[in-house]
Amino acid sequence: MSTLRKEISNGSFCGGIDVDSPLRHFSGATRTTNTNGFAHDLLEISMGPHHPSTHGVFRMDVIVDGEEIVQLKPVFGYLHRNHEKLAEKNSYLGIIPYTDRLDYICSMTNNWAYVLAVEKLSGFQATERAEYIRVIVSELTRLFNHACLVGFLLQDMGALGTPLMYAFREREKILDLFESLTGSRMMCNYMRFGGVRCDLPEGWLDEAKKVVSDYPGFIDQFEALITGNEILLARSQGVGVLSRELAISAGVTGPMLRASGVNYDIRKTDKYGIYSRFNFRVPLGDHGDVFDRYMIRVLEMRESLKILEQALNQIPAGPIIDPKAKNRGLRPKAGEVYSRIESPKGELGFHIISDGSASPYRLHIRPPSLINLTILEDMCLGQTIADAVIILGSVDIVLGEVDR
Amino acid sequence: MKFNFQGAGIVRGFVETARNFLGSYYDPERLTTVEYPERKLALPENVRTVPFLVYDHDMSGLRCTACKICEQECPAACIKIIKDTVKKSDYLGKSQFQPQVFDIDIAVCMSCGICAEVCPFDSIKMDQVYELATQDRFAPLILHKEQLGKSNAYFHAIHPTDAVETDSLRDEAKRKAETKAAADAAAKAAAAVKPKPEISTTANSQSVGTSATANVEKAVAT
Repeated sequence: MSTLRKEISNGSFCGGIDVDSPLRHFSGATRTTNTNGFAHDLLEISMGPHHPSTHGVFRMDVIVDGEEIVQLKPVFGYLHRNHEKLAEKNSYLGIIPYTDRLDYICSMTNNWAYVLAVEKLSGFQATERAEYIRVIVSELTRLFNHACLVGFLLQDMGALGTPLMYAFREREKILDLFESLTGSRMMCNYMRFGGVRCDLPEGWLDEAKKVVSDYPGFIDQFEALITGNEILLARSQGVGVLSRELAISAGVTGPMLRASGVNYDIRKTDKYGIYSRFNFRVPLGDHGDVFDRYMIRVLEMRESLKILEQALNQIPAGPIIDPKAKNRGLRPKAGEVYSRIESPKGELGFHIISDGSASPYRLHIRPPSLINLTILEDMCLGQTIADAVIILGSVDIVLGEVDR
Repeated sequence: MKFNFQGAGIVRGFVETARNFLGSYYDPERLTTVEYPERKLALPENVRTVPFLVYDHDMSGLRCTACKICEQECPAACIKIIKDTVKKSDYLGKSQFQPQVFDIDIAVCMSCGICAEVCPFDSIKMDQVYELATQDRFAPLILHKEQLGKSNAYFHAIHPTDAVETDSLRDEAKRKAETKAAADAAAKAAAAVKPKPEISTTANSQSVGTSATANVEKAVAT
């Protein structure tokens, strides 16, 4: 019998609970009498890593008192693939396809965050047309990321299939656009230092305009389907409240932060790329609950559509890549850079240290999903297991990015 | 549609679902899937799956010169090349190595297309085959030179735009090489007749003529 198995059978195994936690002495089910005077048990439940509601291989160690969550510990690392270490061995160009695989839903924004960091490090400037293409593909990415997220969130609430399939139907149209542009539906590997890899195929802009002009119809339909639904309101309003103060001090970014009412969007604050040219607003929530996070995504899709309409109409002709920007065999001068963008999930940053050689000395990624996940326990305490599932769903995590 | 009673939101949702369901019977736009193994969608031109090697005419006309740039740049390190020991004359009449072994482990390949992007000889390109499942995990997934080599006609069939562009570049390089060879021959003939004053012109015509091949060599060197 293995040590672990012995511990489980004699009851001394305590999963992910901290050694100095007051709950340390509870192992599995333990008798307690401190709530309402009834004698009942605390129960430790390990949700995941293979659980349909955890959006990948993620584990929550939950201790419940009856239905109420008294402690929750997120456990990461099941999908760790060493991307940061691999980058130290690869060329600067060879890292781009690895960034596709961080947040595997939004490969375009990952590409952009990395490419922007290297451009900052080596002083390249993307061409005008490439800047527009980058904005277009990134906002398309934001559209389908948010559509899928609300679809998955509703699936977690028990709206099995229908909203998610509606979202996937729209996502498919955008993936078709990506396929004809980059050759791959999800692992686009599209951006290059100083521009993008290939120009828009013939007729692509018209197809993109059609997708963008049809999209508001989908959002209206989706909202008619679910936004006013009383079950959604009952399940999500007042659930998983994240206060402004905690959100700021925990470093939460993206739609999560804006749902708590903090006006912080890197597209507005940093104005990276050419975002200063577009007219769009930043939707803000008020309560910081699951419903606000749902609504923020719906409203952000509408704002993304505004950006897309402007970008698709203004895109100029010209070169797609700066011929002076070196891609193969790039050796940036020694230095350090941190660059960030507003990915659909929040602030995605790349910290690169170069020692002047062909690969980075060190590359660190600031994944928005991971940082947004750290306050999961604070949002879940006092709620039920079923609520924990939708709170996790509203965070918008992709484990490829959390574990890297 | 306006409803104002408790549960109206749910009713509105059902109306929307019903409209979608009924719509799928008369509106072809609503049918978003195809019966896959029986029906297959045409692939866009840019689609890339695993790499292949282009040859002109037959396998002996393999464009690859075993320069190993793709092997060195492949982020997943899935390419293995061993140079041949003897050189062959390429389409420009220049003597080049060819690969003796060119293996790609498609179980490791992540279809990023960087090999095709960095190849200075337009030799390695991305294929569009996609039903690649095998019963054995190891040997059948390592593609050798014989399986990787495909004709230029095949390249034209799957990536027409890229192939036409590549062909025109190669034709131009070939024309330059032929002009240079002709100029060299003429210079040589002239030098044989009248050796002394022609030395400087020979040097000039050589330096102009070699620029096409020099570009390729430069690309290899960088």
